[in-house]
Amino acid sequence: MSKTFSLGGIHPHDNKISATASIENFPLVDTAYISMSQHLGAPAEPVVAKGDTVKVGQLIAKSSGFISANIHSSVSGVVSSVELLPDLSGTMVQHIVIKVEGDVWMDNIDRSEEIVSEIKLSGPEIIAKIAECGVVGLGGAAFPTNIKLSPPAGKTAEYLIINGAECEPYLTSDYRIMVESPEQILIGTKIMMKALNVKSAYFGVEDNKPKAIKLLKKIAGKSYQDIKIVSLTKRYPQGGEKQMIEAITGRQVPSMGLPIDVGVVVQNVGTALAVYEAVQKNKPLFDGIVTITGKCMKEQRNFRLRVGTTFDIMMYAIGGLPKDAVKLISGGPMMGKAVCRMDAASVKSTSALLLLTEEETKRGVESNCIRCAKCVDACPMGLEPYLLNRLSRAGRIEDLEEHMVHDCIECGCCIYTCPSNIPLLDTIRLSKAQVIKIIRSRPKK
Amino acid sequence: MKKLLVSPAPHLHGKESTRGLMRDVIIALSPSLLVSIYFFGFSAIKLALLGIISCVVVEYVIQKYIIKSTKTINDYSAALTGLLLALNLPPNSPWWLILIGSIVAIGVAKMTFGGLGQNLFNPALVGRVFLLVSFPVIMTDWTIPVSWFREGIDASSGATALSIVKEGLAKGLNMDQIFQTNNFSYMEMLFSKIGGSVGEVSALALIAGFVYLLVRRVIKPHIPLSIIGSVIIITGIFWLVDPQQYADPIFSVLTGGILIGSIFMATDYVTSPMSTSGMILYGVGIGFLTIMIRYFGSYPEGISFAILIMNACVPLINKFMLPKRFGKEVKNG
Repeated sequence: MSKTFSLGGIHPHDNKISATASIENFPLVDTAYISMSQHLGAPAEPVVAKGDTVKVGQLIAKSSGFISANIHSSVSGVVSSVELLPDLSGTMVQHIVIKVEGDVWMDNIDRSEEIVSEIKLSGPEIIAKIAECGVVGLGGAAFPTNIKLSPPAGKTAEYLIINGAECEPYLTSDYRIMVESPEQILIGTKIMMKALNVKSAYFGVEDNKPKAIKLLKKIAGKSYQDIKIVSLTKRYPQGGEKQMIEAITGRQVPSMGLPIDVGVVVQNVGTALAVYEAVQKNKPLFDGIVTITGKCMKEQRNFRLRVGTTFDIMMYAIGGLPKDAVKLISGGPMMGKAVCRMDAASVKSTSALLLLTEEETKRGVESNCIRCAKCVDACPMGLEPYLLNRLSRAGRIEDLEEHMVHDCIECGCCIYTCPSNIPLLDTIRLSKAQVIKIIRSRPKK
Repeated sequence: MKKLLVSPAPHLHGKESTRGLMRDVIIALSPSLLVSIYFFGFSAIKLALLGIISCVVVEYVIQKYIIKSTKTINDYSAALTGLLLALNLPPNSPWWLILIGSIVAIGVAKMTFGGLGQNLFNPALVGRVFLLVSFPVIMTDWTIPVSWFREGIDASSGATALSIVKEGLAKGLNMDQIFQTNNFSYMEMLFSKIGGSVGEVSALALIAGFVYLLVRRVIKPHIPLSIIGSVIIITGIFWLVDPQQYADPIFSVLTGGILIGSIFMATDYVTSPMSTSGMILYGVGIGFLTIMIRYFGSYPEGISFAILIMNACVPLINKFMLPKRFGKEVKNG
């Protein structure tokens, strides 16, 4: 029996049309544009300057604060500039631009195909290595992994959960990782278990990926019995951190709390692979698995893509932008960001480039709320989106806090389900940011 | 250069629309409409058409000439109100009755509050109750009109089962005597020959509509089931105490407007609560008030009043019966 969360959720068609496409290496680019803000927290500080020669995997920017991450070059060549360039939503961000010359890797990176299963490093050494390699969470938020693996004083982790739900429609990058590198991610899981000093881990996979579940169960049953593979119901947002923790452990993360408050740390499948590569292969995080998909595309692709590749180049590689594509999304259709600059480049946490047709992504004309309560039923956090929308539009901040707007996980179930096409989440998102700011600004008891 | 769309997430939208939901409710009402056409013939068709057309026209006229707002007659909500109103009238109603009902339903109960989604009370019910209070004789004249399909019908049997019971009790008869003299049977109530408003004739047709609404996920079962459940429990208690003065629970559910009211009136999105717990409280309230009006009020049937009274409580229910939040209670296990 598959497990699932208790409240809300929706069942959009999963459209995993790129599931059968094996991971290919994306061709080398001419110029790489490497952002300094690829993670949650302070931007990294460049340690190279114009004219410097860099190799693949060389440190080019270092972590600049407690929540920040190192950044390594994804290509070899000469730094042509360090300048402000737009990211995918048009915000100007510091980038290191590298003119590519050949493909020369750092000597200390183990590029062999051999699977290294013996974990030589101790817990603290693992965390240091992960920090050094600039590994961040690849599930979406890009939170530095080393920090997540070091619970704050007074909190201890009991379980590690690996999130392989991939509940967003269309996305298949995690699925391809699970099918093509199951052993590596299980070793990655073991490494993180050692760093956290936990005895058991759960690996949650939605039941629309039976092949991945079977494969992982087989390998885990043979050599990693302390990792339990859990089949989860196909239901969005099954891969939401709080929903996944509830489905697997029955524990609910408290409002404004973190998973560690219920003794859990959640990491994504892609992160497990990055951790394996960092710790066992000494390879910093400078590339990732990216699905390029869409019903308007002739061929569905999964690539291993280096950080700093522009969306232009990605489109070029798939044979140009299809005629009927009207929207490009970095990430999944439910929570991904619409690309508004084609000259923006991919970052560590880029997991997909989705092309949608007008038919698929059309937003209807907004009409009066008919109070059908479908948004209330769909909200996985038990909130009242219809009310939060009204309160947001009226600017009633205190009432918004009373109705827990800060608990919103921005999954989009409310808009998806609204028959009146009301942009519920758009208004809720704005007031949520305000309310959280106010809550955080209050003196701590 | 090709332009791309940019908007915040989510980028997919479900296929449901207000129009589609309203259309589903109309489809769910069609078995009842067909049965009533079979029983009442042309007058059922006439009432349904008049109801739909007059409600749509009233809404259009108000939006175009009075409040000058966007036209919403395409969303089927006015048509649904008209159909519901027609189904809640006696089969012999004159044409002007439903016209007045439509003006009150759409004009007073819906548009004065701001149109679709803004009204506090169920428009069709406000229309019906207005007519019931203003034209009590016509509204309780249950004479069965001549039907095309059923020849040789006795046009005499007039009263509804509930009013027969109420009158019988007033005359000092007990339940057994009332049942015997009137030949009530549960099978008849399911398929129905007993007098009543247009839409009430067949319990089975209403239940078919309920199943359709559940399958299409238009409504959740909580409101109808809590109304029916509370009616069964409350009438059951009375019946157990004194079976000669109070009808049994099955009779109570199958007669009168319990089914059409709980399935199609109480579940109106706009005037029912938002949370599941609120829906159950609202349903139990309707069931309780209905039986209190039936047993202790002057009207034989009370569900219309009960729903309207509970409609007025919905804002309060929404304020206090909040949905179950995630992360409020921390389980350890």
